[in-house]
Amino acid sequence: MSWEPVIGLEIHVHLKTATKMFCRCAVGALDPANTRTCPVCLAHPGTLPVPNRRAIEMTILLGLALDCEIAQRAVFHRKHYFYPDLPKGYQISQYDEPLCVNGRLALAGAEGEAVIGITRAHLEEDAAKTLHVGSAEGRIHGATASHIDFNRGGTPLVEIVTDPDIRSADQARRFLQLLRQTVVELGISDAEMEKGSLRFDVNVSVRPEGSDELRTRTELKNMNSFAFAARGIEREIQRQIQIYEDGGEVEQETLHFDPTREDAPPLRSKEEAQDYRYFPEPDLVPVEPRGEWSLDELREQLPELPATRLQLLLGGGLELRDAEALNAEPARVRLFEALNEAGIEVRPAAAFVLNDVARHDVDPARVDGAELARVLAERDEIPREAFDAAVAASADDGFSADRYLQERTVADSSELDPVIDRILSENAGQVEAYRNGKKGLLGFFVGEVMRQTQGKANPKVVNERLREKLDA
Amino acid sequence: MIDTLRLTAEEATGLLERGEVSGAELHAAFREAIGARDAELHAYLTTVDEPDGDGVPIAFKDLISTRGVETTAASKILAGYKPVFDATVATRCKDAAMPLLGKTNMDEFAMGSSTENSGFGPSHNPWDPERVPGGSSGGSTAAVAGGLAPWALGSDTGGSIKQPAALCGVVGLRPTYGTVSRYGIVAFASSLDQIGPITKTVRDCAVLYRTIAGRDPCDSTTVELPEPVEVPEREDLKGLRIGVPTELNEGEGIEPGVSEQVNVALERARELGAEIRECSLPRSVDYGLACYYLIAPAEASSNLARYDGVRYGHRTDEVVDLRGLYARTRDEGFGDEPKRRIMLGTYALSAGYYEAFYGQAQKVRTLIKQEHEALFERFDLLVSPTSPTVAFRIGEKAENPLAMYLSDVLTIPSNIAGLPGLSIPCGLSEGLPVGLQLIGRQFAENMLFRAGHALERALDFDSVPERLR
Repeated sequence: MSWEPVIGLEIHVHLKTATKMFCRCAVGALDPANTRTCPVCLAHPGTLPVPNRRAIEMTILLGLALDCEIAQRAVFHRKHYFYPDLPKGYQISQYDEPLCVNGRLALAGAEGEAVIGITRAHLEEDAAKTLHVGSAEGRIHGATASHIDFNRGGTPLVEIVTDPDIRSADQARRFLQLLRQTVVELGISDAEMEKGSLRFDVNVSVRPEGSDELRTRTELKNMNSFAFAARGIEREIQRQIQIYEDGGEVEQETLHFDPTREDAPPLRSKEEAQDYRYFPEPDLVPVEPRGEWSLDELREQLPELPATRLQLLLGGGLELRDAEALNAEPARVRLFEALNEAGIEVRPAAAFVLNDVARHDVDPARVDGAELARVLAERDEIPREAFDAAVAASADDGFSADRYLQERTVADSSELDPVIDRILSENAGQVEAYRNGKKGLLGFFVGEVMRQTQGKANPKVVNERLREKLDA
Repeated sequence: MIDTLRLTAEEATGLLERGEVSGAELHAAFREAIGARDAELHAYLTTVDEPDGDGVPIAFKDLISTRGVETTAASKILAGYKPVFDATVATRCKDAAMPLLGKTNMDEFAMGSSTENSGFGPSHNPWDPERVPGGSSGGSTAAVAGGLAPWALGSDTGGSIKQPAALCGVVGLRPTYGTVSRYGIVAFASSLDQIGPITKTVRDCAVLYRTIAGRDPCDSTTVELPEPVEVPEREDLKGLRIGVPTELNEGEGIEPGVSEQVNVALERARELGAEIRECSLPRSVDYGLACYYLIAPAEASSNLARYDGVRYGHRTDEVVDLRGLYARTRDEGFGDEPKRRIMLGTYALSAGYYEAFYGQAQKVRTLIKQEHEALFERFDLLVSPTSPTVAFRIGEKAENPLAMYLSDVLTIPSNIAGLPGLSIPCGLSEGLPVGLQLIGRQFAENMLFRAGHALERALDFDSVPERLR
């Protein structure tokens, strides 16, 4: 039987606000412990939450970017559980009336476009950080002391939940990348996994291909990179298929990955069904986005979205790999487009941006694409050195192609032939090998010619002359 | 010599303005009275020796956060807790130069109607120390009635200002929900809690309300007052339409002596020009108590979750593990009534029960609001006894929570509707004060002050307990 994976994601993104979600403490999760606290985020008796307007606005922007319906009226709920990282004994979150629902993100791919549904995006406060000492792997069990750092407590967090629309580990990885890029470009989050400003959980199940049932799923937690997640998902898919093929049943459980040791197998746990006793937060009034904001104005603030760009790049004939690599940085895409407009074909333009520009560590945002395109168009006509120097200088103020186009490569075969002949005679063995079929040696001869002419030979002519002489 | 038993805040202000006494002298006079009589009344949990401000001094119910001054909500779980910030109402009183006299006793976390649920022993009624002062703001009302404070702040969730004001023969206002900041008030039931003044006269009540009311950026549920507070002058009730809801006036358990005094007050109101008609609030009274005892414990179970022994307040000495820390700390720190309500509330919010209990109660709450709104199309005020009984004996209802809950049966319906209510003393029954409850429209505090003031003048009630005169 053929099996189809069914994957859904829950992504938490820290918003890049100056202050916390419900108090005016500065956000600084990495500052010295417990220096970003006040009576409100420490849940002193009698304190009350006051929502951060900017955080609500950022969530609405995200909702618009993900094509969500923005609620007429959104409500904050209290979600209860006892743990020292939650000083109030409840987290202020959203429950059945979140800010954003029913969105979608189009994920262009090699096999065409997949539309991943966004169930909801809601706003909540983060918990504090606990550090248990004296126990194995920092777990609370067996710890001799537990420390709590409340700096992170109460910082704004958006939770994005997808529909179970993802069909492969690789698609999950690509979705996460695109979503990450979307929030970064919206300017609402740094979304850096290493800093914990982006975290996600994955729900995985499998079903017979063609069926629309939803089987028991497992939850994968604590993964520290998209690539690691993709491997974890793939392993989990194979594990579940194996269980079904052996006539078994998948059990509902949670797999906790150790983010510090990628090779460690996940720890399994049966999560008890927690009763969070949600109820509407009586200390807050409902949020009515349309009363506070013009959604049309917010929509106009949206930048060009990475998902749209990716579709355009693929439509222009690029390989998925190159398109995604370019798309990872909007400035790369803009440079690519400028080169393209100046007459450079899509594939060489992409290769140039991804290889040469990147190799010279040039900031693509500062490059005058039209000017650099003139250099690129004459790549073969100028010495390698001049070409490299031009690329390296292309982000400088007042960069002009003229300076690098003056020196031309040597294309005159009467100048090149003596050099070529000498090299061929000095490497008789290689010549024989070439003639016996090792055609790859052509590169060796080209390299030698370029070396001995200090890169001044025109590679196109060198190629032609070498072929003529070797194939003769 | 300052007679703290008779001195109103208005008179005290006059003395200060004319330079006849200093703020320090005034504060000292009340501190002296506390020294003389609080051993008997136990109105205070904490007293403040050094006045901070040279105006008319004030006492705060012990759930109002005061920076550096112990604030326990009369719970052992907060014993020793000193806030690092002032509640907004405390700041506003400070800004008005009112020095703090002390923090008054109450039922633990404001859960009760007698102060017997205090973690630190009950308060006593100045009219008869063998009787309760009512609750939960009983310490504040006992302090004002016993001359231990010229005025005080209390909090009212189901009747915790109005009922003890009635039982102690003083004036108490439960303001419209949202007019007074709850920032810094140890929370019981957030959607019902309101801070309000407890005073000797209605005019004092208006002045203190004016001091504390108005929008607070730290409390999202507050609003700007639609009109400025007026200190009442007029002594007539011409043109006022007063409704007398049958269910609040003839209900089971209302003592005949109480009804009699309320009827006398209604007769005075008629003489002052009011138009008085009977009316009905059938569902509000039938379902009010049940609705309240779902919503308030549900919110309380959530609000009390923060007392976990981790950051402040009591922590058990016997820490075994995390669950043990929580369980022991909370078992040792909370009294029976908070435990009872945490259990009730947790149950009402549980998955599978939410819709039947908390969800249903919210629907009933809407009905109760609508029923009141409909009456206010025909009336300017509704009137009833504040409490069905006069002050009861200490211990009389302590073992029967349900009987105790019925003490608030007349105050709860309008509280659930978010409406303002004023209790003024209207006479004596068996030598104990009877309270008259005036209920107004949302934000109609000025109307309550006007009517309360006119009736107060006409009834001429002597607020000094007979045995202390």
